[in-house]
Amino acid sequence: MSEPRLVEVRRNVLKQNDVIARALREQFRAAGVFVVSLVSSPGSGKTTFLEKTLTQLQPRYRVAALVGDLATENDAVRLARSKAPVKQITTGTLCHLEAAMVQNALQDWDLHQLDFLFIENVGNLVCPSSYDLGENLRLVLMSVTEGEDKPLKYPTIFNSADVAVVTKNELASAVEFDWNAARTSIESVRPGMQIFRLSAKTGEGMEEYLEFLSQQLAEHRAVARGLTMLQAET
Amino acid sequence: MHELSIAMGIVDAALDEAQRRGVRVSAVHLRLGALSGMVKDALLFSYEVACQDTPLEGSQLLVEEVPVVVFCARCQKERELQSVQLFQCPECGTPTMDVRQGKELEVFALEVQEDGSQKEELPESEVQK
Repeated sequence: MSEPRLVEVRRNVLKQNDVIARALREQFRAAGVFVVSLVSSPGSGKTTFLEKTLTQLQPRYRVAALVGDLATENDAVRLARSKAPVKQITTGTLCHLEAAMVQNALQDWDLHQLDFLFIENVGNLVCPSSYDLGENLRLVLMSVTEGEDKPLKYPTIFNSADVAVVTKNELASAVEFDWNAARTSIESVRPGMQIFRLSAKTGEGMEEYLEFLSQQLAEHRAVARGLTMLQAET
Repeated sequence: MHELSIAMGIVDAALDEAQRRGVRVSAVHLRLGALSGMVKDALLFSYEVACQDTPLEGSQLLVEEVPVVVFCARCQKERELQSVQLFQCPECGTPTMDVRQGKELEVFALEVQEDGSQKEELPESEVQK
């Protein structure tokens, strides 16, 4: 056998996922649907928060959700109470969702019939950060019971997200939650990040967040229309 | 822990390149950004597992850790972050999210040896080159 030599290859390990994510994003744009993903640790209140989000958006918008879990369809059953179309993605042993799973789950859905699609990732603050799902907005949730320094412990996921949502605010005084410390932690790992502080249970702070989503949808559609016109011209 | 599925991705990429070039891989060089979401030690362990029963069994994974580099709007310069917990310019303290480097998860080189069996099949003139 000959002497070893070095050859340059330059292969992005996540390329396959990124290619599918790009295709999904394009599909979402063409359909005019705004896609929001949710990441958090287990037990931060994602499902309650999403159930309230779906219920409260429904009078004005057509909404649907995909929900990822290692096992059980409990979350999908809970979310179905909102009467929105919900599909469970059971990942088995996989600790995160990948773009291909989202693509598969959406195969028989007509995205043109939707305004908002929510994707609830598996409860995990580590692995989901590496995988682009083609979403337009990534929310990272942390509950007031988790401690103000959560963002410093999991900087990568906070850094990969667009918006932070501090949940279970009804428990804030009981656990002596230090709002300023939490905000400083978030700002440190993701300067300028938009933060919502709310309680899905009491409804406090939900209105401001839902209004934000409405604006995002409007902007998303304006940009999509602009792009389509540009494409038509060229 | 998703290092195993990533390690399998690395093995697939390396095998694909090796097959295309008709070579045997003895080591895989990986660039790993501090924001890639991977833990180096877990990845090294997973790599060994992922290589089992493949032509890459026994090969080495060499990881080059890549720090986060941001652009500071105030200094108008690229700066290396001291920590992924503090996204601000280490010189002037200006917060920044303009990440220029640090998300890499890339097989950038392979240490290879020509596959002996294939070489014998080459015509004499090819070998002399």
